[in-house]
Order: sequence, then C-alpha cells, then structure tokens
Amino acid sequence: MSSPMTPGIAAARLPEDTLAKNFTDLHAPLAPHEAAVAADRCYFCHDAPCVTACPTDIDIPLFIRQISTGTPEAAAKTIFDQNILGGMCARVCPTEDLCEQACVRELAEGKPVEIGRLQRHATDTLMAKQRHPYDRAPETGKKVAVVGAGPAGLACAHRLAMHGHDVTIYDAEAKAGGLNEFGIAAYKSTDDFAAREVDWLLGIGGITIKTGMRLGAELKMDDLVGCFPAVFLGVGLGGVNALRSAGEDKDGVRDAVGFIKDLRQASDLTALPVGRDVVVIGGGMTAIDAAVQSKLLGAQNVTIAYRRGRNAMSASTYEQDLAASKGVRLMFNAQPVAIHGNGAVREIELEHTSDDGTGLKGTGETIRLAADQVFKAIGQTLTTDGGLELEGRKIAVTGAGRTSRAGVWAGGDCASGGDDLTVTAVAEGRDAAMDIHATLMGSK
Amino acid sequence: MADLTTDFLGIKSPNPFWLASAPPTDKEYNVRRAFEAGWGGVVWKTLGSEGPPVVNVNGPRYGAIYGADRRLLGLNNIELITDRPLEVNLEEITRVKADYPDRAMIVSLMVPCEEQAWKDILPRVAATGADGIELNFGCPHGMSERGMGAAVGQVPEYIEMVTRWCKQYYDKPVIVKLTPNITDVRKPAAAAMRGGADAVSLINTINSITSVNLDTMSPEPSIDGKGSHGGYCGPAVKPIAMSMVSEIARNPETHGLPISGIGGVTTWRDAAEFISLGCGNVQVCTAAMTYGFKIVDEMKSGLSQWMDEKGYTSVEEVVGRAVPNVTDWQYLNLNYVAKAKINQDDCIKCGRCYAACEDTSHQAIAMSQDRTFTVIDEECVACNLCVDVCPVENCITMEAMQPGEVDPRTGKVVEKEYANWTTHPNNPGAVAAE
Ligand SMILES: Cc1cc2nc3c(=O)[nH]c(=O)nc-3n(C[C@H](O)[C@H](O)[C@H](O)COP(=O)(O)OP(=O)(O)OC[C@H]3O[C@@H](n4cnc5c(N)ncnc54)[C@H](O)[C@@H]3O)c2cc1C
Ligand SMILES: Cc1cc2nc3c(=O)[nH]c(=O)nc-3n(C[C@H](O)[C@H](O)[C@H](O)COP(=O)(O)O)c2cc1C
Ligand code: SF4
Ligand code: SF4
Ligand code: SF4
Repeated sequence: MSSPMTPGIAAARLPEDTLAKNFTDLHAPLAPHEAAVAADRCYFCHDAPCVTACPTDIDIPLFIRQISTGTPEAAAKTIFDQNILGGMCARVCPTEDLCEQACVRELAEGKPVEIGRLQRHATDTLMAKQRHPYDRAPETGKKVAVVGAGPAGLACAHRLAMHGHDVTIYDAEAKAGGLNEFGIAAYKSTDDFAAREVDWLLGIGGITIKTGMRLGAELKMDDLVGCFPAVFLGVGLGGVNALRSAGEDKDGVRDAVGFIKDLRQASDLTALPVGRDVVVIGGGMTAIDAAVQSKLLGAQNVTIAYRRGRNAMSASTYEQDLAASKGVRLMFNAQPVAIHGNGAVREIELEHTSDDGTGLKGTGETIRLAADQVFKAIGQTLTTDGGLELEGRKIAVTGAGRTSRAGVWAGGDCASGGDDLTVTAVAEGRDAAMDIHATLMGSK
Repeated sequence: MADLTTDFLGIKSPNPFWLASAPPTDKEYNVRRAFEAGWGGVVWKTLGSEGPPVVNVNGPRYGAIYGADRRLLGLNNIELITDRPLEVNLEEITRVKADYPDRAMIVSLMVPCEEQAWKDILPRVAATGADGIELNFGCPHGMSERGMGAAVGQVPEYIEMVTRWCKQYYDKPVIVKLTPNITDVRKPAAAAMRGGADAVSLINTINSITSVNLDTMSPEPSIDGKGSHGGYCGPAVKPIAMSMVSEIARNPETHGLPISGIGGVTTWRDAAEFISLGCGNVQVCTAAMTYGFKIVDEMKSGLSQWMDEKGYTSVEEVVGRAVPNVTDWQYLNLNYVAKAKINQDDCIKCGRCYAACEDTSHQAIAMSQDRTFTVIDEECVACNLCVDVCPVENCITMEAMQPGEVDPRTGKVVEKEYANWTTHPNNPGAVAAE
C-alpha cells in the first residue's frame, strides 16, 4: 500500500475504510427528529423570497409545512411538481447562493432554514416508498427527440412524457445522467443516487433512452428535425478549454472533469490513482471538486491556483471554506506559465497577476510549485452547436428555449442565459417541454 | 388523491375546509381570493340589521400568546360583527356566490332577539343565493352587552326560539353557532335541535385576557390605557373545542346532529381529528389570519394523503369514527397497565423527564452518574408526564403490559378482562360484575 507521501501518481494512498468515510454524504440525511426541528423554523412566508431564489420555483414554505405536519410524501410531491430532479438538486444545489441565501432567517439570525436538507428528507422518503408518483396523460401520438440525458434533457423528457408524448432521448455516453452521473462530486451523489434517480424518473413511461448516439456523429441534426416535430438539445458543455501554457502535453496534466468522471465511475476507490502534489488550475465549482476529491483520495498537498482574486472566484465562499477545511490550499492571483518535467510533470511555474482596472496582467514574478499531477478546470465548451445560431459560446435561445431553427429547442448548460447549475438545467428543460407541448398541441 | 368533496346539509363543497365567519370573510375581495386559493366554502362575516353599522375600536383589537420562536398559539380579539353596511355585504355575497357556484356560501347573522328583526333580514339573505345561514350566538364581547351573540347563546330557550323563527322564514339550512362560554354545551345544542336547526357549529371564541401590560397596568390589547376581555381562538383552544364537539356528538339527545367543527384548526391533522369526533366539516379563522389563505394547500394535501393511506375514499367515511371511543372516566379499563420506556438511542440526556417525575410525580425515573435516564417499573404509574415533557418525539413511549405479566409496582398479575370503576372494590357504589 502507498501513503499520502508516496511520490508520483499512485493508487491506494489511504486505507479502504478511510476512503469510504471520506466519500460519504457531505451533508448527512436528516433524522426524523432533526427534520421536525428544522421544519419548525420555517415561517411560511408570504410570496417567500426563498421560492423566488429557486430557479425551479419550488413552493418551499408549503413543502416544509407538509414535512412538519407529518406528510413528507406530500412535501415530495410539492417539490417534484416543479422539479422532477428535486432529489439530486437537494444534494447538489449551492443553496448558500440560492434559496437559503434568500431565507428570511438568514437575514434574522444568519442561520437559514435548512431548505436543501429538508428537500432531501422529503424526496428520499417518497422515493424509498413509492416507485413513481405521476401518471402519464393519454398518449398523444406525438414524438419528440431529446439530445442529451443530463438534467436538462431528463427534466424535459419527463414533462413531455407526462403530457402523453413519446420521447426518445439520445446520449453520446453509455450511461444516462449527464454530469449528475459523471461530474457532480462523489460525496454529493452517494450510493449511486444519480443512476437510481434516472430509473425512478423513467417510471413515468413513454421515454426511450438510446445511448452511444452522438449528435454530429451517429446523429445528424437534419435527420432529427426530419423525423421529429420537436427536438430538444440538452448537450451541456462537454468540451474543455485549453491552458495554452508550455508543457501542457506532459504526462500527469489532464482535465479536471475527466478525473472526476473516472472517480465517479470507479467501483473501487483504492484503485484510483492520484498525485502526491496536486495543482488545480481554475476558480469554479469544478476546481473545488477536483481539489477536494484529490485530497480525500489521499494526495498530500493540493493547491488551487486561480488567476484572479478571491472575490472574483465563481466558487462560493461556502465552497472555498469547504476546500480549506479539507486542507486544500487556495492560491490567488497566480496563472500558469509553464509546466516542467521530463516526460511527466514535476513542477508548475506560476506567474503572479494583478489588475489595476485595465485588465488582468502578469507581474513578471514567478514561482514554482512541486506538482506530479495538474488538473485543468478552466471552463467547459460546447461540443456541438447543431448548426444553430450562437450567442457568445452557447446556443442562442429566446423565451422557453427556442433556438434559431423552428422545431428545435435547447436548454441547460449548452443554451444561453442562466447559471450553469443542475437546478437551472432542470428549470430550462421543464419550461421548454411546456412550450413544446403547447406547440405540438396547436395552442401556440 | 382521495376525494375531499363534502356534502354538509346538502351543501356541496370541493373540500371540508371552510373559512369561519371573521375578518377573512368580511368582504368580497377577501372571499374571492380565498376561493382562488382553494377554500371549500366560507361563512361570511356576521351581518347585523339594517341601519347604521356597528363601530369597532380604532386601536389594537388583537392580543396574542406565543410558543417558542414566537409561534402564535392563541389569539384574542375585541372585534365586533361587520362594520360595513348590510346592503353592501348582501350585494357582494350575491356577486361572489354567482361567480363561485361550486363553493359553499353561508351567511352569518346576528340581529336583535325579536321576531320582526329576523323576518326582515331573512328574505334579503335568501335573495343573495347563499347556501344557508349561521346564527351567531357566540360573540363574547361587545354584542352580548347589546343582548345579542353570547347573551342569547347562553340561554337555551332563546336559541330555540330564534332558530324556530329562522326555520319558519328561511328555507335553506340553518346552522347554529355555539358559544363555549357556558358550563354545559349540550344544553344549547339540544335547544338548537329542538328549534329545528340543521346543524350546530362550534366553538366561537372564549372569554379571555391574553396579557397585562405591567407598565400601564392595563390588559392587552389595550385601548388608551384600558382593555376589555376578548375572544380567544387559535391552536390553544382546539382541545376545548374538540371536547365540546364530542359531548354533542355522543349525547343521545343530539347524536347525529350535523356539526361544523371550529377552534384552532391549523393543519390537516386538526381537521381529521374534528371530523373523527363527529364534524361533517371544519371552519378555520386564526390559521388563515396567521399564515394567509395558502395554508389550505397543506390541509388539503395532508388530509388527502392520510385518507389514501387509511383507505378512506370520502370524508363522510371518517365522520364520527372516534365518537364511540369517547366515554366517561368510569368506563375506562382499570386492568390496562402500561409502563414508560425510554429509548436510549433517541435520548439527549436533558433530564426533563427526571425533573418532572422526581419533583412532581412518582419518583419513577432513575438518573445515573453519566446522565443515563431509565424508568423504574416498580414505581411507574404510566402517567405520561415524562412523554409529554420530553423534547424528543417518541423518545419515551408507553408500552402496554401483556395479560399474565406481573406489574412490578403492584405485584399483581395483569388481567386480560376489562374491568372499570363501576365494579371496582374500592368504589363504595360499586355494583357486582355480571
Ligand atoms: C465537476 C462539476 C461539478 C459540478 N457540481 C455542481 C454542483 O455541485 N451543483 C450544481 O448545481 N451544478 C454543478 N455542476 C454544473 C451542473 O453539473 C451542470 O450545470 C448540469 O449538469 C447541466 O445539465 P445539462 O443537462 O445542461 O448538461 P449535462 O449534465 O452536461 O448533460 C449533457 C448530456 O448530453 C450528452 N451529450 C453531450 N454532447 C452530446 C452530443 N453531441 N450528442 C449526444 N449527447 C451529447 C452528454 O453525454 C450528457 O449526458 C457541476 C459541473 C461540473 C463539471
Ligand atoms: C377577529 C375575529 C373576529 C371574529 N368575528 C366573528 C364574527 O363576526 N362572527 C362569528 O360567528 N365568529 C367570529 N369570530 C370567531 C371565529 O369565527 C371562530 O369561531 C373562532 O375564531 C375559532 O376558530 P379559530 O381557532 O380557527 O380562529 C371571530 C374571530 C376573530 C379572531
Ligand atoms: S424564506 Fe425561510 S422562513 Fe421564509 S418560507 Fe422560505 S424557508 Fe421558510
Ligand atoms: S395588519 Fe394591516 S391594518 Fe393591521 S395594523 Fe398591520 S398594517 Fe395596519
Ligand atoms: S426528557 Fe427525553 S431526552 Fe430528556 S432525558 Fe428524559 S428521555 Fe432523555
């Protein structure tokens, strides 16, 4: 067995039981007593600010009240009515930036109602009890294609199926779920939750998933539009930005999302190798997740190097604190200029930066950090635009996800507007489905 | 989703949740919004006779009692009946009923105890198209001083008389709303029944003073340094209301008389409890005044879920289910023996059960050096006080002893047979068991 000190990239730095402990739920599920106490704190606010802050507009005061009156199943229905992936969102939403930030008890006492954990309590209760809580409307005979089985595609497909349409989901990967399955940090989606949730969601009926079908390869946009009166694209951002620094091709330098994907698919964490000195380049959720999980796998030193200051970091204060609490070092105003090593990376050279208001500039001063593994987490890009008009680097949409091409909708990370979050993808998929439904049924 | 449709006195409503006669139902604006929010029906704020309306105070009219975290448990008020002109109310009622034919619309009335007064107003109410009337014999303040409201409700003969007039001059259902400010609620209920009432509703508010301002030495709510007793309502009054409802439901004289349950209904469970005690529906005031009309969403979803879980397909099926189990103390089974049991996994070692039992009850809980609390079966009389004071729900439970086991407190074998006080040897009036 190796240890955190073992040089290079090595597996089994920590014993199996330590790894199992490290990768259990970040926030443990609430026990019934805890749920009752947490629910009691909600004031049932009028036109509640927490609801406004939720991208899917879940009726939070109602579901919390339903928990406190002993009907968590009814609470779950209230959640799923708005957000069919309410189970995953309860685990992965940055609530500190969303509902809980807006909660009036955050204002009053700096301690919001624990909306996320209560949401998990309700959805877990129903999902454990009941296969699928919705009935499908009579079949309409209309067919819709959904490309991408991530949160946007799944939410869209579910809503369409519920209204009686016949949905085929195509996904390039061998497994459905999108980043729920491949990207979200392992300690947020434990016990194979992503896959279990997809199975449960498909309980509605009327949805067929075809994996291994990539738009731009096996699938052509024109064929889809020819065969289906409506097409929804939820292809996310599968591409990764390049670092553009010398030495990027050395062994040990890779995309953070690839590393996380391997981790999420690993059946045995002791077999998953990680560096001793890990440097993560970036400042978002992906950077934090890659860094924290490297540390939890047993890396001895993990540093996040971000080219701007702390305030510009897109990862929330909560996430920064989480990383710090796991022993990750956060380094600000440092950008990579070169990666050194003979074949494999040994050191990374970073240049200090400053911004005097005219844009970020290197100061010329550099430092070198020992590194046997470097993760790039500097943003993702579209893999396919389907020949549609773009806005910036995303597919341009107006209204409920309408693209430049008639009969084609898009939502989630690949579409313009909205934050790149699971819950936003769900909202956009759902809203596009309602627009598609209205269009197919001829009321629009 | 269970069907919540109810038929109360032939009046149909999509669910058993009606808003009680009070500020939430005082005007068209409110009632329309209440119906949009999903309430099954309303009892319009009490109307008085033609002529200049009553006036309300212009200072605070409510006082409150709070639980932890400022949760409103009890509300008291010194508001009178509607202070808007009769004609305006009648026009509004007509319009709203026409627009919401599927919701129950009941008009609450309080006019002087003279036949002519009722003869005058009833045809005008009938003309609105409302589904029925409710006679407010309950208001404890302001109106009773004028010989109306509780002043009538406390005299069964008046109730009977007025009810009879109403049945004579109005042909739709007449509900008599009872005041709790009386010793035996069965009397006014029976009087209403004799007068021909189609149903009774209860309770109205309870005479109360919620607090005293110790700086000004005046009761709250105080108006310019003086206060008056007001009507108490909200979650705190529910136990009183349910007891009164059950008395009427199980009294042979009034058994089967339809009841509309009122008093502290805040959640689906409260409603289910009232219904099980014999109510055909429930009315709500304080919960709506505390949380807004939206509160009905939880009542509906919760009741429906519970009915599904229990296999009840209609509200009707639940009505009165608990009534046969409401009995007099003397018929309780004295051979039933239970013991408190503390679940050590749930216990947070606060010691409240110990303080309660050691200081004020039967010294039946032991406390160890390391704060482990255990029940001493030899001392436990199963009074339930520890269960009631424990902050963790279900941490202490009452476990029934099985027949044949020996109760370590009394050394007696637990008998299988039911035996009550009427046959107990310690009872001087005991009759021999058959
Ligand atoms: C590492 C990481 C951690 C994250 N953590 C969080 C978090 O904690 N909380 C949070 O709210 N958000 C988080 N996010 C963001 C969140 O995962 C995304 O916003 C969300 O998954 C977007 O959903 P989507 O359906 O638009 O796309 P995706 O989840 O990316 O799904 C797209 C799907 O389309 C498929 N696809 C792609 N291209 C094609 C093609 N050409 N043909 C066919 N199929 C294709 C993919 O295989 C995939 O299944 C994280 C993202 C990353 C990368
Ligand atoms: C401010 C206020 C005004 C009320 N006015 C009336 C009224 O005009 N007529 C009436 O019959 N009951 C009136 N009530 C009593 C309520 O209808 C109801 O019987 C009582 O509040 C108990 O129900 P609750 O606990 O749900 O509030 C009033 C109650 C309140 C709080
Ligand atoms: S803002 Fe907070 S207290 Fe208010 S309804 Fe939302 S969760 Fe409850
Ligand atoms: S509730 Fe409305 S009317 Fe009453 S005191 Fe407050 S603001 Fe004034
Ligand atoms: S009151 Fe309940 S929690 Fe407190 S010591 Fe007793 S059993 Fe334990």
